[in-house]
Amino acid sequence: MDAELLARIQFAFTASFHYLFPPMSIGLGICLVIMEGIWLKTGNILYHNMARYWTRVFALTFAVGVATGIVLEFEFGTNWSTYSRFVGDIFGSALAAEGIFAFFLESGFLAILLFGWNKVGPKMHFFSTCMVAFGSHFSAVWIIVANSWMQTPAGFHLERTVEGVPTILPPGYVLQPSDLGSVRAVVDDFWAVVFCPSSMERLSHVLMAAWMTGAFMVISVSAYYILRGRHLEFAKASMRIGLAVGAFAAVMQLVTGSISAAGVMKNQPVKLAAMEGLFETKEYTPMAIAGYVDEKNEKTTALEIPGLLSFLANGNFKTPVPGLKDLPTDEFIKARHPGVSPQDIPKVRQTYWPDIPAVFQAYHLMISVGVALIGLMVVTWFFWWKGWLFQPDWWASKVLLLLLIFSVLGPQIGNQTGWFTAELGRQPWVVTDLLLISQGVSKVVAANQIVASIIMFMVVYALLFLVFIYLLNKKIQHGPDTEEESLDLPESWKMLAERKGSARN
Amino acid sequence: MDLNIVWYILVGVLFTGYAVLDGFDLGVGAVYLFAKKDEDRRLFLNSIGPFWDGNEVWLVTGGGALFAAFPEAYATVFSGFYLAFMLLLCCLIFRAVAIEFRSKETWPWWRAMWDVAFSVSSIVASLLIGVAMGNMVVGIPLDADHEFAGTFFGLLNPYSLALGLTTVFLFAMHGTIYLAMKTEGGTQALVRGWIKPLIMVFLFFFFILNLLTLVYQPQIIDIVRERPVILLVGVVTVLMALNVPREFAAGREFLAFLSSCGTMGGLMLLFGISHFPYMVLSMPTPENSLTIYNAASSPKTLMIMLIIATIGVPIVLAYTASIYWIFRGKTKLDSHSY
Repeated sequence: MDAELLARIQFAFTASFHYLFPPMSIGLGICLVIMEGIWLKTGNILYHNMARYWTRVFALTFAVGVATGIVLEFEFGTNWSTYSRFVGDIFGSALAAEGIFAFFLESGFLAILLFGWNKVGPKMHFFSTCMVAFGSHFSAVWIIVANSWMQTPAGFHLERTVEGVPTILPPGYVLQPSDLGSVRAVVDDFWAVVFCPSSMERLSHVLMAAWMTGAFMVISVSAYYILRGRHLEFAKASMRIGLAVGAFAAVMQLVTGSISAAGVMKNQPVKLAAMEGLFETKEYTPMAIAGYVDEKNEKTTALEIPGLLSFLANGNFKTPVPGLKDLPTDEFIKARHPGVSPQDIPKVRQTYWPDIPAVFQAYHLMISVGVALIGLMVVTWFFWWKGWLFQPDWWASKVLLLLLIFSVLGPQIGNQTGWFTAELGRQPWVVTDLLLISQGVSKVVAANQIVASIIMFMVVYALLFLVFIYLLNKKIQHGPDTEEESLDLPESWKMLAERKGSARN
Repeated sequence: MDLNIVWYILVGVLFTGYAVLDGFDLGVGAVYLFAKKDEDRRLFLNSIGPFWDGNEVWLVTGGGALFAAFPEAYATVFSGFYLAFMLLLCCLIFRAVAIEFRSKETWPWWRAMWDVAFSVSSIVASLLIGVAMGNMVVGIPLDADHEFAGTFFGLLNPYSLALGLTTVFLFAMHGTIYLAMKTEGGTQALVRGWIKPLIMVFLFFFFILNLLTLVYQPQIIDIVRERPVILLVGVVTVLMALNVPREFAAGREFLAFLSSCGTMGGLMLLFGISHFPYMVLSMPTPENSLTIYNAASSPKTLMIMLIIATIGVPIVLAYTASIYWIFRGKTKLDSHSY
């Protein structure tokens, strides 16, 4: 295998593994804010125990997230140094901003969240919880901004520097292989970079997915306790909070998902066509629900809704959505391959397509999982409304609770397939229509070095994952502290508990 | 002063912040296994518990700032030091999770395993950071495209290895002083006994390193002649290191720790002044070097970044200081401890 493919495998592996954890931190962070907020408001010790319990789960998730996150920042330089030289002017700023604005905030207040129960008062502790949650969202902002710029670059020009003298290249300049090393992207307008065409819609979609991830984590553990008849009061209260956050996020996903899809239609037509396995440009363009792509014969067999894609793209059912046989356009190809003969164009065109079956399946798996989770949410809310949810003696409730226990996997699958759609759909570009992946890879790093580091990451991450699961399970089996244990509170907290407690009685 | 110089200083400040802050928790890791009692080890871990994560953010942000302000330097160094940095990552991962996982089980083998992971990864990380610094000082071979043209084993030259070892002992000294400040009773007595030998060993290595500098870097004499302030900084740095045992004798642990921080700041300042204006010195082909000009981002990005830093850094300093204030005083174990 060549160094480029190995570098891609390494990045995909380390990024995918890392991404198991941040959505949990973001989602659990929101749940923690709600739990501790209710405790402050009502003084009910149950919510205090709840916040403490979930803080411990949060700490575990956060630690692995931090440990695996640094890897990614290093990898831009180690494995993608030509890319880093090309985009450092823009991409580097987003990473630095993440460090200054998000990581310091998170790590600083995390100390109070985890170790500050006896050091600060309840309000300061609550404030710290809010800041940690806020920080993790802010972190998502800058990472999505950086990634979105790679998807839909904006607010920059290309510049060639020879002997220290820069020349601005005209818009639409096509990068030549010989330009690497002397030409780079330079920022024109910082806010145009931050609000590049896809950033805000993708951010909202990612954040709501993260909320779902945290909420389903809470729901899953609560369902387990209810089914086992353990910590019932705690589990029911946790479940309600999980269901509230989860339902909100699931409904929002319908909105942010369709806005994101509309954005891809507008900004990245090749990616959209790959997501739908759309080869021909035809009227009444359908939307696929599930199926498979026969790449060799350029044909997609799928269960589809006729005209829906046309409608979403154009507002009517007839106007066609361009298919892969017309994407990228002839002009685009001629600009990059001057003198290409018309009969060769289709062949050249294929080199600008992503891996269509993979993008198609990743995208449709994400949609299926998302729809399944929304359906599960509707059923669960119905059971809750009817008062059946907390009755594990009845078989239907039992089945539902079992489903809810496993539902924690749903958002994780959705997160992974969503990112695979986004990143595979961008291929073969590292910066859409500007820089190819093959042009971004480090020149001085040999294949055997990358093999060594891949093996290292696989061994270390496998160990990490096993220990994480083991410790998470241990925390779940241990359960929350009982009320008496928690009454070992510092004075300032106790006063609050007693005051509010007596008002309640 | 132009923006490039401002960013040379700011990147330097971030990495100095990293060395001074993460230096003490790496150093705690370096001496960790010398404590045999489980309670002492838990005290060690919990003394850095609220801080180590924030300290590491200085590295992440320093890396981000280097990427943003001097992308050529970031790309050259990170790809050139590939295996070394992968090893560093491995250490940082193990350190982070070892702290978190270690006390979650009481089995002796479990604790021993994570204890060794924590200590070894701390030592190797310090060594790698020092070796990387050493190569920055002596220079690495770059080609005309500013790509690294050397080999992994070329990075393990005597000078860099010496600086690596010096760094390990510097961090160990710094971490031990920190521990003496954060512990009391028997634990403190144990830790205090380590300080003097560590300072002696550090000063010995520091002396050797200066000799090696004269051998491997003869041009340093010209640089010092041109920038005599280097001598002044050097003398103040050594005086601050020598001040540490004096403060201890008088029972002023906090001042001893500050002196240690000052020593580290002084060393970074020495490097910064003598290295200017190079970002990555190329040897033996100095004409291929990356300077703060040919490695830099556009003036526009440097300006944007300066605005971000002007807004962000004071806020960061304010709450970093608050966190250190809230968790001041001697470390005590409670139900939330590791």
